[in-house]
Amino acid sequence: MSRVSHMSAAAGGGRAARGARGTLGSAGLYAALLVATVLFLVPFYLIARNALSTDADITGETWTFFPTDLQWGNVRELFADPAVPFARALWNSLVVGVLHTAGTLLLCSTAGYGLARIPYRHAQKVFYLVLGTLMVPAAVTFVPTFVLVSSLGWVSSLRGLVIPGLFSGFTAFLFRQYFLGFPRELEEAARVDGLNHWGAYWRVVVPNSLNFFAAIAVITFIGGWNAFLWPLVIGQDQESWTVQVALSSYLTAQTVNLHLIFMAAAISILPLILVFLVLQRWLVQGVAQTGIKG
Amino acid sequence: MATPLRRPAGRGRRPVPGRGHALAFWLFTGPFLAGLLVFVYLPIGWSLWLSLFEARSTVTPTEFVGLGNYLTMLSDGDFVRSLGTFTVFALFAVPLTFALSLALALLVHRIRFLRAFFRSAFFLPTACSYVAASLVWKMSVFNGVRFGLANTVLGWLGLDSVAWLASPDPPWYWLVIVTVRLWLQSGFYMILFLAALQNIPRVLYEAAAIDGARPGWQTFRHITLPQLRTTSTAVILLLLIAAYQAFDEFYNLLDKATWGRPPLVYLYNLALGENQDYGLGSAGALLLALLICLVTLLQGRFLGFGRESDT
Repeated sequence: MSRVSHMSAAAGGGRAARGARGTLGSAGLYAALLVATVLFLVPFYLIARNALSTDADITGETWTFFPTDLQWGNVRELFADPAVPFARALWNSLVVGVLHTAGTLLLCSTAGYGLARIPYRHAQKVFYLVLGTLMVPAAVTFVPTFVLVSSLGWVSSLRGLVIPGLFSGFTAFLFRQYFLGFPRELEEAARVDGLNHWGAYWRVVVPNSLNFFAAIAVITFIGGWNAFLWPLVIGQDQESWTVQVALSSYLTAQTVNLHLIFMAAAISILPLILVFLVLQRWLVQGVAQTGIKG
Repeated sequence: MATPLRRPAGRGRRPVPGRGHALAFWLFTGPFLAGLLVFVYLPIGWSLWLSLFEARSTVTPTEFVGLGNYLTMLSDGDFVRSLGTFTVFALFAVPLTFALSLALALLVHRIRFLRAFFRSAFFLPTACSYVAASLVWKMSVFNGVRFGLANTVLGWLGLDSVAWLASPDPPWYWLVIVTVRLWLQSGFYMILFLAALQNIPRVLYEAAAIDGARPGWQTFRHITLPQLRTTSTAVILLLLIAAYQAFDEFYNLLDKATWGRPPLVYLYNLALGENQDYGLGSAGALLLALLICLVTLLQGRFLGFGRESDT
């Protein structure tokens, strides 16, 4: 409890409470933050440590904090492992991630714009149709969607992995909310210049919304890269596995090569860590914008 | 739908929603809407139909059983138990994630030095997938043998090793499952709370200080918390929906276990396992969807979701 009240002072923006008590308070604050940070970063440390160790190091009698002899050979061993086509899985994830992001942005942004800005008699009805899908979580519909996709013959194919996930009612809803707040003056200037809706959208609206597009793109890509249930359902042969399905296969395999498993985990996380560090500004902005509206 | 209030004068355009806009409207929304109908509404409809049939390994069944599948599911001990598993899971995961993300946000909001660093550190796990996190938890932190991190720490403290996932009694597996989610999600919701905290007008705290409210629990209880109401409600709702859909960590952490099976894992095994029972699977999925809608609506009633934030 004392910690809670302590933190509430935080929210209280207790600039008033300065002086000795304030210094002590902020020392405690930083101590709490440091402990939390260590706990939050431990899993990353474990991945790095185990990925560059030998199995003997990992399972040793005493805890090895970090291998003295870094096993970079684990990378080559992982990609040479015939049991799991990991390079193929990485490639699949990249292709799926890029197509998923591009397709979602294109379809959902145009739909959101149409719903927000084009006056049309039945627009409200269409909007309710989109809203209706927000009530039904996508994960619950995976059985019927699988039934549909398998009767289309899309199991174990790129189409099956990507296309059913493109029509996100939630993302379209987010774009609609965003476009409702887009300055009308800019569009009207474009219309005066003789552009129709389509022209105004591509020449004026999109170029002036790149921050929002970037935020949604980053979130969508991460979601696509990390998705598991649908790729698991669809990826029935190894050639169509994504990284997540491949990782999962290590967890249920008969033989356990700890160093390989962790090297695979490290390589699967690395691209996203980079995306995170490079694009954090858009990401934070995107999460803040999308989450609250959700 | 809002019609434009202002139009360039003298161009003869009327702000009436008319046929002139129909083409443009369908150009923009048509492709998305077609996909929505085919890949969302059609499957729902199809599964509604399948749920009324005996449909094993076939998606064009002929044997009509009415509501039989629904009754079978509701009287199926495993399905009902999976709902119980979900309830226990949500009871732990939702309040804990909520509290931790709010606490982190309050801490980060308070400081100025190194703020970006701490925010990034807590946010970074969002980049990981549930599969990767489950892998670390199962193979390294809570692997149940001596060289696992948790058992190593217990060893330093002079305690015995614990078989975290291998046994349902005592149910240590809940600790493993809930901490995965806690680690992965807290940073994400922290960002939401941080954004909301930044929007609280400073004036409120100044006024409270003048009125003699002590910074601390009092201001938190009477200013911060009420001001965060919209965000809090949204966060709880998002957490609940996410908890209903928990699949990845259960599947990867407890793949061969007979305990701790949430609804989605159960449905996955039922519809896509050996039997491929699409009829029962569809009935179960629809029951689950119904339940989620119900909880969402009820929660909206209780917490007044959208009362302030509705656009």
